[in-house]
Amino acid sequence: MNETTRLLPWAPERTGEAAPMTPVRMDARAAPSVPPPKPAGTSLPSMLYLPVRLAWRQLRAERARLFSAMAGVMFACVLVFMQLGFRAALFESATALLGGMRADIFLMHPLTTASFRPEGFPRSRAYQALADADVVEAVPIYLAQTTWRNPADGSRRTIQLVGFDSNAGALRFDGIEAVSEAVKRPDTIAFDRRSRPEFGPAAAMFEAHGPFDVQLGGRMMELAGLVSIGASFGADGNAVLSETNFRRIMRGRSASVIDLAALKVRDGADIATVVARLRATLPPDVMVFSRPELVAHERAYWENATPIGFIFAFGSLMGLIVGMVIVYQILFSDIANHIREYATLKAIGYSNGFLSRVVMGAALILAIIGFIPGIIVSTWLYGVVGGATFLPLRMEMERGLTVFGLIFGMCVIAGLLAMRKLRDADPADMF
Amino acid sequence: MAETAPVGTSTAAFAAVRAPVSVSLDATAPVALRGITFSYGEGELRRPVLRDVQLDVAPGEIVLLTGPSGSGKTTLLTLIGALRAMQEGSARVLGQELAGAGEGARVALRRRIGFIFQNHNLLGFLTSRQNVAMALEMQGGLSEAERLARAGELLASVGLSDHTEKLPAKLSGGQRQRVAVARALAADPGLVLADEPTAALDKQSGSEVVHLLRDLAKKRGAPILMVTHDPRILDIADRVVTMEDGRIVSAAA
Repeated sequence: MNETTRLLPWAPERTGEAAPMTPVRMDARAAPSVPPPKPAGTSLPSMLYLPVRLAWRQLRAERARLFSAMAGVMFACVLVFMQLGFRAALFESATALLGGMRADIFLMHPLTTASFRPEGFPRSRAYQALADADVVEAVPIYLAQTTWRNPADGSRRTIQLVGFDSNAGALRFDGIEAVSEAVKRPDTIAFDRRSRPEFGPAAAMFEAHGPFDVQLGGRMMELAGLVSIGASFGADGNAVLSETNFRRIMRGRSASVIDLAALKVRDGADIATVVARLRATLPPDVMVFSRPELVAHERAYWENATPIGFIFAFGSLMGLIVGMVIVYQILFSDIANHIREYATLKAIGYSNGFLSRVVMGAALILAIIGFIPGIIVSTWLYGVVGGATFLPLRMEMERGLTVFGLIFGMCVIAGLLAMRKLRDADPADMF
Repeated sequence: MAETAPVGTSTAAFAAVRAPVSVSLDATAPVALRGITFSYGEGELRRPVLRDVQLDVAPGEIVLLTGPSGSGKTTLLTLIGALRAMQEGSARVLGQELAGAGEGARVALRRRIGFIFQNHNLLGFLTSRQNVAMALEMQGGLSEAERLARAGELLASVGLSDHTEKLPAKLSGGQRQRVAVARALAADPGLVLADEPTAALDKQSGSEVVHLLRDLAKKRGAPILMVTHDPRILDIADRVVTMEDGRIVSAAA
């Protein structure tokens, strides 16, 4: 049976120089089956690189279609970026007041859902927190809304008052240092220069003429300085004032009931451990938050109690569906137009898996070449739209990655749908 | 009796009923067909196209398959090429039994067969060289540079060394079909299947293509099974097999 070890006449290894025409006799049942050739491209590079390269060559061959696909993905990309950008900007501005407060730890009543509608708690809680060795300072904060009369045209609007001792270092706003002496005087306030324009040109008037009187809650107060906080959903204008001046406007408010307390921790102390300790020691009528937690709590209210989050998620989804339909159409017509070529590839021994990888490769390429111009155009649009609407629109790394993930997922789904068309490529139809 | 042993058990029962002739199965034959019966359609619409076909192709042999339209030539070719699932009978191609073979085994077998289609079926977005290299990509162990170099050699052997970087659209019909020949032979196939390779070509380029194919296949010892209506190319055949109504009616040497 030495013959069986010889290569068979049709063995692919044979170069075909001299055909051994003597037939090799052997038992049919014992005939050694020709070892199946090594499956093509078992290595990872050729498993992925070759189909993707083929997909790219195919896409590249038809420029017009490639550009329309790219434009489709880019469109979806810009749409999603704008929706997510608006969403983030709105949430960010929704929480501008709390976000503008710079302190290490906050105390708040558990029933407070949003800062514009606070639930009071005993002022003594702020001082009880001082019992912790790492808490060095505690500042009680009073929150209330009252009416503001526009100094230019006399119209009235609701303004947010923030009453606290601005000398205490625990709570800072941008620009508070410059006004902390001025607002100690009776009947003075510091006005938020980033309040909406409907509050009147108070900031411009102050910069031009110095302090002047404004009407707040039926009381004349001296506008003695400017701080920078920003309009939020609950309050589109803010004024900062001392505890005493706060109670002068809000006559019914008791000094012993506060709405928020800001704590400062010892330098080098770990805020998370202090928060955990305070949660364990303080009575259950206060919640203890770090600053990001406080902002997240406020944000959760706007996300869950209003349709804002849903609206923008829906807008993003629409963008993704439009993009998916475009990519599907492109991939589908690419397969349909090349059905003979795909069937030929199947006939000469390419597997379904390889061709599926070609389609997925095309989807991946479209995702990338659509995303790159998409993120560039979106960054530019953020600048243009942000400038026009005063919304804090910025391109962020995290959002970029999220959108790329979404666009990629969109293209993958489109690819999976288009892949079904591959079944129509029947190599038996080729002859 | 080794040479009379049927291949599979189902075939054994089948052969006993339908094929009283002694079934000699030469295990070295690149193509050995026994009792191939094939129908299209289901139930009432069932239409048989192949009836009990026996055919052997010897190593290095060039067999032309002729016959009127609808005689089942092309169906037979797709069955041998593992492009279609078998229904009845036994087909041993390059040592692989096709009756009951799964998709994976059929794909693997196709890689060892060179196909030449009626239309060139080249990928329009690839150059001649890239088209030929496509047939080599499935063979492991070759680098990209080796594949392209090998594709260049093959194109040179079909007289297209000046056209390696052209797209198929820039080539004449005969040139395209010669690229298809180079592609079919690229992976050193054990068998070449061709379906009317000259149908779309004029007399001269058709004759050039088939002679080229014959010379290259002979050099490699690869047998050719070619379906053709074209009487101008019968001279290349070692054997002409005529089919009618799904049966082989004559096999002239």
